Order: sequence, then structure tokens, then C-alpha cells
Amino acid sequence: MGDLNLRELLRWSWRQLTSMRTALILLLLLALASIPGSVIPQDNIDAFKASQWREDHPDLAPIYEKLGLFSVFDSVWFAAIYLLLALSLVGCILPRTRVYWRGLRAAPPKAPRNLTRLPDSATYRTSEPVDDVLARAQVLLRKRRFRVLAAEGAVSSERGYLREAGNLLFHISVLIVLAGFGIGSLFGYQGGVIVWKDGGFSNNLTQYDDFVPGSLMQAEDMEPFSFEVTDFDVNWLMSGPRKGMAQKFVAHLDYRETPDGEEKEYDLKVNHPLSIGGTDLFLIGHGYAPSITVRDGNGDVAWSGPVIFLPEDQATFTSFGVVKAPDARPRQIGLEGLLYPTYANVDGNPVSLFGDDRNPRISMLAYVGNLGMDSGDSQSVYVLDKSRMTELKKNDGSMFRVDLFPGQTKKLPDGAGSVTFEGMRPWVRIQISKTPGKGVALGGVILALVGLLGSLFIRPRRVWVRARREDEETVVEIAALDRSGGGEVGTELAEIVASLRAGDVREEKS
Amino acid sequence: MSNTQWENLSVQALAVVAVVYFLALLAHLVEWAALRKLPTDAPLDQRTRTFGRFGFLLTVIGAAVQLVALVGRGMAADPNRVPWGNMYEFVITGTFVLVLAYLVLRGRFSLEWLAPIVVGFALTVLMVAELTLYEEVVPLTEALSSPWLVIHVVAAVIATGAFTLGGILSVLYLVKERKPDTTTGFLARVPELDALDRISYRIHAFAFPVWTFAVLIAGPIWAHYAWSRYWGWDAKEVWAFITWVVYAAYLHARATAGWKGRNAAIVALVGVGTLWFNFIGINYFFGGSSQHSYAAPSVVQEPVRSSYDLI
Ligand code: HEM
Repeated sequence: MGDLNLRELLRWSWRQLTSMRTALILLLLLALASIPGSVIPQDNIDAFKASQWREDHPDLAPIYEKLGLFSVFDSVWFAAIYLLLALSLVGCILPRTRVYWRGLRAAPPKAPRNLTRLPDSATYRTSEPVDDVLARAQVLLRKRRFRVLAAEGAVSSERGYLREAGNLLFHISVLIVLAGFGIGSLFGYQGGVIVWKDGGFSNNLTQYDDFVPGSLMQAEDMEPFSFEVTDFDVNWLMSGPRKGMAQKFVAHLDYRETPDGEEKEYDLKVNHPLSIGGTDLFLIGHGYAPSITVRDGNGDVAWSGPVIFLPEDQATFTSFGVVKAPDARPRQIGLEGLLYPTYANVDGNPVSLFGDDRNPRISMLAYVGNLGMDSGDSQSVYVLDKSRMTELKKNDGSMFRVDLFPGQTKKLPDGAGSVTFEGMRPWVRIQISKTPGKGVALGGVILALVGLLGSLFIRPRRVWVRARREDEETVVEIAALDRSGGGEVGTELAEIVASLRAGDVREEKS
Repeated sequence: MSNTQWENLSVQALAVVAVVYFLALLAHLVEWAALRKLPTDAPLDQRTRTFGRFGFLLTVIGAAVQLVALVGRGMAADPNRVPWGNMYEFVITGTFVLVLAYLVLRGRFSLEWLAPIVVGFALTVLMVAELTLYEEVVPLTEALSSPWLVIHVVAAVIATGAFTLGGILSVLYLVKERKPDTTTGFLARVPELDALDRISYRIHAFAFPVWTFAVLIAGPIWAHYAWSRYWGWDAKEVWAFITWVVYAAYLHARATAGWKGRNAAIVALVGVGTLWFNFIGINYFFGGSSQHSYAAPSVVQEPVRSSYDLI
């Protein structure tokens, strides 16, 4: 007994789940559930903003965290909605495919008893025999690409069978897109790396600055390519309303698809990624890396090389950067400050006028002490941990800054050492991503669109013609029925009636 | 002609457009005022018909001049480009498509009664755009210079225009439904509820595949090239998706018995709401966090946002 109830309950739930109304509600729910993802900063879209938001809302943040509101599109409840929708979709497609399959080969249904009761119908009388009318009706409807069946003094016809096929194709394609999207997020990866001019990269995990693997992605899936940035060009607009805007970024790459493959060249530009196997390389950012040499208190070179500065302001490329010299003795040295690519002094304030490096200058504060790099914790190269460092001041206690143009050297106070600004180099940020399944997803949406067009614009309709003898005359009744819910059949009915009568030779004569 | 001349031409053309649409609106209002007392089945008098034709003619002229304004915008840029680089340009193109759609479909679906609404709507939106959104002509940013921009935006603008038209019909449906028995005036000459529902459905059925193409095919392809991912749940993308889902729900609602008509009209209005919120709201409220931030263009718009992700 309980068993039966359970089965009934299951069957009832299944029927509810696969009903059209549920699909509708789930669709609206999906739309509703996406909204928080656009309002609350998302971890995997703008991590910086998300963490800032957490700091600004200490009370709400833990609650939001629990609800998964910082990664809505990976959250359990969002997944629950689209999985239910997918399930409902399957439950909808399967029976409909079966019905459609049967319906495909079925004959058009018999004419209803009373054709004139249908909303779109017409009647006329003629002296022509019944059989002639019906025979001509069959020819005529066939010509109009109707499937035709004659029986019991009437002709039944139907066309537009492909609408349902389009509809099914559309719904199946939604599942294909979902699969393609899923494959991409499970087996793909996305990473970014900043490489300066003359710098190189080879595709393995350790070389990335940031890396987001799909949950089932394997290290072997990474194609063994490597490249070197040989040059970077940018074109600065010198006039017009967007004066100062940079255009036509080109990073010239020498690359190899495999370690012992031949070397090839590629000009990497925005909107023109380089594809190597299934992996794509995109140019998505640029900036400057001033070359800096730090000598320590003993006069030895403690650090020398380009240092990546991150642009803080896209208009002028004023950039922020940090230099760490852990090898400096007796005390470690750290620098933190700004780079002005086209330096000018405006009312006593240092500014950059322009993004191009016409007059570069660095302006940094210097610290000595313990950089905290031995603790084992990993440290960002863009942040200076000043908790165990002291800022260097001039001997009179006033503020000390390392302000340098290229080629200049500044001695640090206290005999701590010196800093030299050797020169400028551009860097480019390259996004590297592998998204398997993107072809599947694209194929899916295209199929969906094709199905959709069929489903929306093919209008299934039925036409019946019945003729019978009455008072020495033939009474012809014609009716048409639109089955798509969006169409009118009045015009078509009128056309059919007109051509049916036009063929009536005898009537024309009389 | 120099770029500045083209730009001035565009600005002046739009001023002309505003005046012409205003006159067209007046003509149609006179037409409809004359019809106020007239029962639906009574024939139109000469004067009314003249005003109606006059309004139509003015609308055609207005649309033609608006096309000139659009071309001028594109020619003013160096290099020449499609006039779809910022919100201002998107609005003047979108209203043009709306008016054009009305003009083209007018004969086929007997849309004469739509005239005052479409012209009034286009005029208002154009004026608001002129006052609040105007921007000088500037070259497209690097990420925007792609043939996919053209394809994506053309499709999105067409769909937006059509959805808006569908939304207007849905409002009319709901209004008329409350007073089904009016026999005189504007409302009486709006088609029957059934017909309204059907025309509205047809327009949505046209717009939906176009929107699908714009935001789920062309958009992702372009995003793949420009931003290295084809779908990133960026605020703009989220809302485009929401709009798509709501209109899918509309089409379902239409197919479900009991949801036709009134409920379908409500879902369609929710759809238009999400569409316009995406266009205006997202740019203003989340302009900075969306990569589609043409609301407040920074001088260099190349996407380097992710440089901050480096930890
Ligand atoms: C991801 C979920 C879904 C989406 C995006 C979606 C979308 C659509 C769209 C856009 C249409 C209108 C175009 C057409 O007539 O083919 C449609 C129609 C239809 N859908 Fe869905 N659908 C979904 C799920 C479902 C489910 C779960 C069912 C089953 C209950 C369903 C049943 C139908 C039916 C029967 C029609 C035909 C309506 C008619 O005859 O006009 N759909 N769907």
C-alpha cells in the first residue's frame, strides 16, 4: 500500500516537474536567481572588488558567504535551478519526441463532422460532381505541400510537421549548450601572466601569475608551448577628443608549439588571439617595468632587473610598484612608490601627463629591515610587508624619497645603499586560456537558433474539404485550422477556396 | 568634408529630426483628437485623413534625416566607423530602428493607430539622449574594433527596437483589457484584444531569435576574441541572459493555456524592463565593473582590469 503511494507520489512529482507551467516558473526563477550575480561583486569575476566589498560590509559578508552570493553562478542553489530545468527539459523532450515520431507517419486526422463550426470556414455550391471537386482539392492541396488523405466524401490535409521538429531541436540544443559550457568549466583553464619585453614564458603552472583550473583539469592537458616577447608597439593619439588614448597595441612574439618545434613569429593584438592547439593567447594589458638596481650597505648589487609596475590610472599610466632586495646586507631593502611615464610638476605635485614614456620618473619611499620573505608564507610581489621595516628619513628627520630619471642614482640615507634607475621596458599581460567544449557550445546555440526559427515560423495547419450532394447541387465545405497559436489562416483559406472554384470549368461557363 | 563638418552635420540633422518628429506628433494628435468622439465604424472625414497622412509623411522625412545623422556620426570618426561606440550613438540608432520598424510594418499590420505612440516615444528618448548622453565623436577603443561589434550591435539594436514595440503593444493590451467596451476614440481603434495579442506575439517571435543571435552567438564570439572568454557572467551578460530567459518564458506563457493574453503581456513587460535596465541601469550603476562600460569611457579602455587579480 505504502509502496503504491510512493510510486504514485513519484509519478505525480514527475508529471509536475515536466509540466509546461513548471518549466515556465523555473525559467523565471533562473532569471531571478541571476540578479544577485550582477549586483554583488563576484569572486571569480572581480576578486579585487569582492574582497573590498567584504571589508566594507563586515556584518553582511559572512551571511552572503554562506549563501554563496559571492559566486552565484557556481552556487548550489543556482545549480539546483538549472539542473531541475535540465531534468524537466529531458522529461519534456523524451515523450514529445515519441509522440512526434508517431505523428510524423500518421495520416492527417479525419474531417470533423461539422466543418462550418470551425472559426475559419467557407461554403459554396456548384453543379460539379462531388468526385471532381474532391479530386481537384487533393491536387490543389498537394501542390500547396499539404499531406493529403481522402476518405468518406472528404479530403483531410495537414502541413507544417517540421515545426515540432524545430521545437524539439531547439530544446535538445539547450542541453547541448549546457554540456559544452560544462566541459569548458570542468576541463579548461584560464591563467594570466605578465611578460616584459625580451622576457619569455613556457606553459607550465609555475610560470603563471594567476591560474584558475577547471575542477577536472589535468596538468598534462597543458600544451607545451613557449614564447618570447621580442617587442611591443603602441600608438598614442596625439590629437582629437581622445588625445592620450593608446591604440594598435601589438606584442611581437617568437613562439614554439613544442620545446623542439620550429620557431615562428606572431603579432599578438587585441581581438586577434594566437591559437596553439586548443589553447588561445590573448593580449589584454600593458604597462611599464622600470629596470632598477639596488646596492646595499656593503656596496654590493643586491637586486638588479626590471620591476613590474601596475597602472593605477589608465589615462596617464601612473603606475604603482614595489622593489624587494632580500639579499641586501646588513639590512634588507624595500622600495615602494610610483612611476610617472611622462613626468611633470604641476603646482608642486608630481603627475604623469601622458601614458607614453616620454619623460619617465620613479618616485619611491625606501624601507630597511626585514622583508618577511623567510617566513615561508607566500608573498605577493606587488605588496611590501612593512610590519618589520622602518622608513628611511633624511638625517634631519624629514621625508626622504628616491626620485630618479633614467640613468640617475640616488644614495640612501644612513649608508643603507643606493638605487639606480637604469631604464624603461614595456610589459604585456597575456591571458592564456583553454576552453574545450566551446565548439560544442557554439554548435549548440547555432542548432538552437535553427530549431527556433523552424519552431517559430513554420505554421502547422490543417485544411479539410468536404463535398456532398444536396438538391441537385454539390455543397462544398472548406475549413482551415491554425495549430501554432500565433497565426491566421483566413487568407490561406480564401486562396484555397478561390483556386478550388477557379478550376470549376462548368461554373465559369454558366 | 572634414570630420568636424560631418559631426556638425550630424548634430544639426538631429535637431531637424526632433522638430520634424514633433510636428508629426502634433499632426497625429490632431488626427486622434478629431477621432475622439467618432465611433469606430464611422468613416473618417477628409480633414482627419489629411492630418494622418501628413503625420506619416513627416515621420518618413524625420526617419530619413535621422539616417543622415547616423551616417554623419560614422563619417565624423577617424577612421570612419559604425556609429555604435557609446550610449548616445546606441540610442539614436535604436530609435531609428524603432521608427523604421513601425514605418515598414504599418501597412502590413494596419498599425496606423501606433503612430502617436511611436513618434512620441522616439522624440522623448532622442531629446533625453541629446540632453544627457551626448558625447563627442571619438575613435573606437581597440577592443571595440571588430567586425563582430557591427554584427552584434546591429542584431542587438534590431531586437531592442522590436522588443520595445512588442512592449508598447503589451501595454496597450493591458489598457484596452480594462476598458474592452469603448467604442470611440483611440482605444476603440486599437485592434481587438485577440489581434493585439497575436501581433505582439509575432513581433516577439521575430525579436527573440534576433536577440538569441545577438547575445548568445555574436556576443560570445566577439567576447572570445576581445576578452579571452566567450562568457564571463559580466553584469551586462547576466542581464542579457535574464532578458533572454524572460522572453523564453513569454513564449512558453503564450503556449500554455491560461497564460495567453494578460499574463503573457505582463511577462513581456518584465522582459522589456530587463532589456532597458540592462541598457541604462547597468551602465550607470555598475558602469565601472562591467567590461561593457561605454557609459563612462576612460581614456584608455583596453581591458587591463585583471591586472589587479594578480596576487
Ligand atoms: C532551458 C529551458 C527552456 C528554454 C530556454 C525553453 C525555451 C523555449 C522557447 C524559446 C520556446 C518558443 C519557441 C518554440 O515554440 O519552440 C519554447 C517552446 C516550448 N517549450 Fe520550452 N524551453 C525550456 C524548457 C522547456 C521545458 C522543460 C518544457 C517542457 C515542459 C518545454 C516545453 C515547450 C513547449 C511544449 C513549447 C512549444 C510551445 C508551442 O507549441 O508554441 N520547454 N521553449
